[in-house]
Amino acid sequence: MRLSPDELIFWQYGFIKLNATIVYTWGLMLVLAIGSFLITRRISLDLKRSRWQVLLEMIVITINKQIEDVGLRNPERYIGFLGTIFLFVALASLCTVIPGYDPPTGSLSTTTSLALCVLIAVPYFGIKYQGFSSYLRSYAEPTVIMLPFNIISEISRTLALAVRLFGNMMSGGMIIAILLTITPFLFPIIMTAIGLLTGMVQSYIFTILAAVYIAAAIGTRRPKPEHKPEPEHTA
Amino acid sequence: MDSSTLIAIASIVTAGITTGVGCMAPAIGEGRSVAAALTSLAQQPDASATITRTLFVGLAMIESTAIYCFVVSMILIFANPFWNHVIAQSTGK
Repeated sequence: MRLSPDELIFWQYGFIKLNATIVYTWGLMLVLAIGSFLITRRISLDLKRSRWQVLLEMIVITINKQIEDVGLRNPERYIGFLGTIFLFVALASLCTVIPGYDPPTGSLSTTTSLALCVLIAVPYFGIKYQGFSSYLRSYAEPTVIMLPFNIISEISRTLALAVRLFGNMMSGGMIIAILLTITPFLFPIIMTAIGLLTGMVQSYIFTILAAVYIAAAIGTRRPKPEHKPEPEHTA
Repeated sequence: MDSSTLIAIASIVTAGITTGVGCMAPAIGEGRSVAAALTSLAQQPDASATITRTLFVGLAMIESTAIYCFVVSMILIFANPFWNHVIAQSTGK
């Protein structure tokens, strides 16, 4: 039984292996990139729009709104990172309806690389919008004693992100494979449908957690919140 | 009983116990959090967006503990390093 799509190797030359994870990841990247390119090639600003453009606008607006709900004020700054992660993970789990396809997120290497992207993006956005020294000082809040625990929490939540997505994706495929040997026909179909739901929920959660981490890095840990006087013309 | 049998017994029994306990405790936690979320949804339907989002994030946090247990038991059954070590030793001899 294959534990991950890493073990299905299509092509090998020396130590360079082309396994199912890489191939399916490239396929998803092609679908996303070429699809977005084809849709945005003839973009229209008047009322008459193509249905694909409407679909893309719906996705972008929904992601923007979700990011804004978490507490990031200008979602246009972050949608390039968060939206890409969401679309990749969602499409990876949505494509499981295609026979012979394994989600590349069911491999620990893919999810680890995604989590490492989040690990790098959090200090990147934090330093960019908060300043270098004040971001570093936020590690030593409320006291200096908390410094090692803050660093440990950075690493442990990265690990949690990676293992959570990997475990959910892998368990979906694994349960279907086990049920196929017990009840061959009906039950695996239901579990596939549940797997689709789990995949969408997991992609949502991955994105929201990354957004929450970024929001914590730039927003709430400000050194001195500015107390602006209330506008006087309220009455 | 030689050491390979002992490793097999320990791995299989531990995998079962891990999944069993790791399903029970997060199930209780998730049930309690969903019940609390439903109560607050019934009291404040206006805040449904915030409650639902927080509930999903919290459920993911709780469920990740169950997933850790699942991953550990899967490693114990399908990719056991100790078992692989015994296999490698016995084939090497």
